Amino acid sequence: MASSIRVRATSNGDTTEVQALIQHPMDSGFVKDAKGEIIPPHFIQQLTFEYDGKPVFVADWGGGVSKDPYVKFAFKGGKKGDDLKVSWVDNKGATDTTTAKIQ
Amino acid sequence: MNITTNEFFRTRRLVLKGAGVAALIGLGVIPFDVPQALAAANDKYPEEAFKQKTEADAIKALYGKTAEPSDKVKMDAPEIAENGAVVPISATTTLADVTSISFLVAENPISLIASYKIPAGTLPSVANRIKMAKTSNVTVIVEAGGKLYSAQKEIKVTVGGCGG
Repeated sequence: MASSIRVRATSNGDTTEVQALIQHPMDSGFVKDAKGEIIPPHFIQQLTFEYDGKPVFVADWGGGVSKDPYVKFAFKGGKKGDDLKVSWVDNKGATDTTTAKIQ
Repeated sequence: MNITTNEFFRTRRLVLKGAGVAALIGLGVIPFDVPQALAAANDKYPEEAFKQKTEADAIKALYGKTAEPSDKVKMDAPEIAENGAVVPISATTTLADVTSISFLVAENPISLIASYKIPAGTLPSVANRIKMAKTSNVTVIVEAGGKLYSAQKEIKVTVGGCGG
């Protein structure tokens, strides 16, 4: 199965800019379907970016984050060719992990 | 001759003692740093804060203190969002020692949208996309040096993003 995480990390030599796009319904638990029944909450709770064994960015999310969430940040350091590990866990305990090469 | 030998030994012992202390300090510093890094990584998901309905309760549950408005917190967001399901918002600050940035929407059923932990070395700037049920004030909270700073903006929503 293809990874749910698409991540692009680019280094300019000084800082590394990271953009991530994740496929996830991010159901808040407040929306009703066509039959008028509430769609139960299903959203990513925590998204972690690790570089060199240390977290460089941790996102705690609620159901108010848009479907197929996008996030962008930057950190100091990070070399071209190095690995950036990205992982998430949702409110149902599902997880996904990917490792991207810094470009 | 005897005295010099004694002195030699005494000095040697002192030097060894010193080295021992230095080694202990060295060892002490390393294990001290590791749990801190781990604590940041394993920081628990703020379950309670994400259950609060009002903005004030969410900030209280998340940080346990209140924020003061600051012009050093900048929010980039549209005046009008045509689609409340996807509202692009970014925040940045010139404040130093930023440890977290959070986004809240006052009129959403659950006010807290997202809270980002910013470890040392990560720039205090985040962009994301959020859902808005209707026209509302959006608040960005920046935690810097143990204090909270905020910026607020009203975003008009023409089509709500929370169904109904």
